[in-house]
Amino acid sequence: MKIRVLVSFKDSVLDPQGQTVKNALHTLGYDFIQDVRQGKVFELEMEGVAPEQLERVIPEISDKVLANPIIEKFDWQIIEE
Amino acid sequence: MKFGVVVFPGSNCDFDTLHAVRDVFEQDAEFLWHKDHDLRGADCIILPGGFSYGDYLRSGAIARFSPLMQEVREFALSGGMVLGICNGFQVLLELGLLPGAMLRNKNLKFLCRHVHLRLDNADTPFTRAGKEGQVLRIPIAHFDGNYFIDEAGQDEIESRGQAVLRYCDEEGRLSDEANVNGSLGNIAGLINTNGNVLGMMPHPERASERILGSEDGRVIFRSIIEHFKETG
Repeated sequence: MKIRVLVSFKDSVLDPQGQTVKNALHTLGYDFIQDVRQGKVFELEMEGVAPEQLERVIPEISDKVLANPIIEKFDWQIIEE
Repeated sequence: MKFGVVVFPGSNCDFDTLHAVRDVFEQDAEFLWHKDHDLRGADCIILPGGFSYGDYLRSGAIARFSPLMQEVREFALSGGMVLGICNGFQVLLELGLLPGAMLRNKNLKFLCRHVHLRLDNADTPFTRAGKEGQVLRIPIAHFDGNYFIDEAGQDEIESRGQAVLRYCDEEGRLSDEANVNGSLGNIAGLINTNGNVLGMMPHPERASERILGSEDGRVIFRSIIEHFKETG
């Protein structure tokens, strides 16, 4: 099974890297881009984990290691059964 | 007094820090390897600057899992003195010994230069040799030094005088311009509520000898040594 975890800055935290990417896109003429937020992607391959266990384990892993809950939020999905 | 300087893979200010406490301040000092489990009787632990674990994941995020850091955590929680410099500050934040987190510098640049710092609390074991309002000139060298904490956390820090050092201009005035990395409240140095754990982005070990262009960093080491002499 493969899980994808997406970590990005909370909305309340400024993301200067995202702003820089937005400016670059504007320079290229993509004026319709309103905002860019940059994040990190983790793909976790796992075995022998029951689906109901995932609901507990993935947020736990994300909060403890993958994200810093003070500045970051996370989202996750199963990308391969 | 004995200092222990923790060495992680990627630490690069470990020798400078050891030199400062051992040769400049003539104290007993030794390196502590991050994989060990023994603080070897150190009275003060220093987490030096550098790029522990290549700053993988987030600065300081992996170092906190080192075996020795579990001992450092217990040492700090039982009142032992711990000083985190630069990357060491980032590790203390990730370890939860200090509140808040570091973001990338506001201008997305690695900043390596001397800055001015205002000493806002001289009533701590790490700053007692200084004077409140004193302006120190000490170098910084970091990419992720833009201190962040939520509003409630900031109120708490400010009401308890935990923001020990702030980026300022030559005259000690706080301004956005002097706040080189964009830190909330111009915070450059932060102490815990018990007063035994200090994290600071500037490098006092790089400002402890005249030949280095500034001796203002001596205040920090002198304070620690004075405090230890008094309280043993």
